[in-house]
Amino acid sequence: MSKDNRVRLAVYKFSSCDGCQLQVLNIEDDLLELANQVEVSYFMEATRRAQPGPYDLALVEGSVSTPHEEDVIKKAREDSKLLVAIGACATAGGIQALRNWSDVELFKKIVYPRPEWITALKTATPISQHVKVDLELMGCPINKSQLVYVISQLLRGKKPYVPTYSVCLECKAKGTPCVVVAKNIPCVGPVTMAGCGAICPSYGRGCYSCFGPMDDPNPKPLIDYLTTQGADKGEVLRLLRMFTGYSEKFRKVVDEYE
Amino acid sequence: MSMSKEIKVEYLARVEGEGSLHIKLKDGKVEDLSLRIFEPPRFFEAFLVGRSYMEVPDITARICGICPVAYQMSSARALEKVVGLDVPDDVRKLRKLLYLGEYIESHVLHAYLLHAPDFLGYESALEMAKDHPDIVKAALKLKQWGNRIMEIIGGRSVHPVSPRVGGFHKAPGGDDLSPLLTNLDETKRTAFDAIDWAMGLKYPDLDRDTEYVSLWKKDEYPMLDGRIRSSKGIDVPEEDFEKVCVESQVSYSTARRYMIRGKTPYVVGPQARVNLNHEKLAPEVQDKARELGISFPISNPYKSIIARTLETAHSVIEAEKIIREYRPPASPYVKREPRAGEGAAITEAPRGMLFHRYSIGPDGIVKKASIVSPTSQNQTSIEADLLELAPKLASMQNDKATWLCEQTVRNYDPCISCSAHFLKLDLTSE
Repeated sequence: MSKDNRVRLAVYKFSSCDGCQLQVLNIEDDLLELANQVEVSYFMEATRRAQPGPYDLALVEGSVSTPHEEDVIKKAREDSKLLVAIGACATAGGIQALRNWSDVELFKKIVYPRPEWITALKTATPISQHVKVDLELMGCPINKSQLVYVISQLLRGKKPYVPTYSVCLECKAKGTPCVVVAKNIPCVGPVTMAGCGAICPSYGRGCYSCFGPMDDPNPKPLIDYLTTQGADKGEVLRLLRMFTGYSEKFRKVVDEYE
Repeated sequence: MSMSKEIKVEYLARVEGEGSLHIKLKDGKVEDLSLRIFEPPRFFEAFLVGRSYMEVPDITARICGICPVAYQMSSARALEKVVGLDVPDDVRKLRKLLYLGEYIESHVLHAYLLHAPDFLGYESALEMAKDHPDIVKAALKLKQWGNRIMEIIGGRSVHPVSPRVGGFHKAPGGDDLSPLLTNLDETKRTAFDAIDWAMGLKYPDLDRDTEYVSLWKKDEYPMLDGRIRSSKGIDVPEEDFEKVCVESQVSYSTARRYMIRGKTPYVVGPQARVNLNHEKLAPEVQDKARELGISFPISNPYKSIIARTLETAHSVIEAEKIIREYRPPASPYVKREPRAGEGAAITEAPRGMLFHRYSIGPDGIVKKASIVSPTSQNQTSIEADLLELAPKLASMQNDKATWLCEQTVRNYDPCISCSAHFLKLDLTSE
């Protein structure tokens, strides 16, 4: 706690696009109120004043993809009482985890004229693979309402409730006709965690699982069903190997098809 | 007596991404200057290979959470050129509205939350809000309006889901945009007051002979397309980007950096755009600029914040026009079967020209991708500004000098996550 008994908040960035941290700044209506309730002790995107730990609550964005990040995440864990991984990169490795199926040395050569100068781990991996994580908030990006809810619960010392069920429930509740049934559009919603508010089907497209696997998914029958309905198998597998493809529950199943 | 001084900023704050800066001065001269970017490489151009062209705008959006629409627009346009389609005018207008929303969100974020605290002497906008609550609150409202545009059209403001190659998965219905017209007078007032406010800030002196580069169109302020033009006479089509803006490598640097024909630094972004296109800003914004005595070109890089406020007001006016005239397009997207080929396109991201080139196979699978972000183009100019500034730093207190250097870097709103194309720079000056 800070001197005036406020919760000390830290926001960390690892390999990422900054979009989940931006969601913190995007809670426009509540941002200044939040800044009153907590002490923003470390948040490099927002403030040049970096205060040392310990912190009461750390929000961690991004995946671990360099040797430097391996060290920083350990220190972050030591410094933080509660550590919440936010977003697809932090919870599943993110889009940059696609390198995990390839050879990072080859990737360096494709992108950089002087690959020998580039330091990067062979893999980009979720935070939980490196340190104990107290709570995971999925999404690419995270849902800002969910973020506000989780922070306010934690500030009150309460355990936040995060859904574990499929996004199909949100889609049904919203009254959106199923895009698979009505339009034969490939959609991986049935195996995807709720939380986004089922945006994609309401915009006429299938879910690409930016929130990652639901609690107990069964992707195989879904893949087989979509392909018997005429979807290209490569396309369906790529839907499950995108922003959250490296999550164990998707990875194991998709790898079997290769 | 010889005086030496070292300025170290181990972690640049209030930029999107991670970077650090080292400057070493001896007897008032720069002995060593390095702007180091330690944003981890994410290898987009490598893992895009093997993905379908239809997935590209969804994937490239993830290069930057602050300007995902820019990545979606540049990649969609490049791929549309490959498959040979032109989006109809009504779809183009909707794209423009979405992009204007992103300009407002991104510019207000930078001008007020990231850059303004430097001018007013605060560590952050949250600190600033304690003394200037009304300014910060009004700014957050304006930013929210930009985000709201993206949420309605795109489904969400960070990584919108509706944009696609050929247009949108779904276009808003006839009334869907009308909530944006609520309290519009207040939104406009905030946007125009911001220009007054920016003009009232105190600016450090810095004047360097600079080449400004932006897209250019005859009848429209540039955003979605146009020719490449510069303040020193470049005028070429967008496909010729690589001929003019050449990646240069030096022995002491690992950075992917760009210079005009590999030789001179250049500036892209709001300042470049207003300098080359101010006569196409909305008439109300031009009037405001005249009233405040703003003359073009704006050459002091710290005054990029003025350019950002001019573009924000312009974006609000343009957005209002599109919203009021909006009729849902006849079809939200145009579909074309893939065909083998190559295509390149530039759009103006909030931070400047964003170049994409793709080559795809007959099945639509990406064979090669090349992306040049605005920040990697501005990097040599950031260094040039710092070099110009460096002698002055010698007589300053260390913490003041450090802060001024940070502010100088932040003039460019550097989006370091977007620029994992450049990594580390060590510049030594004798």
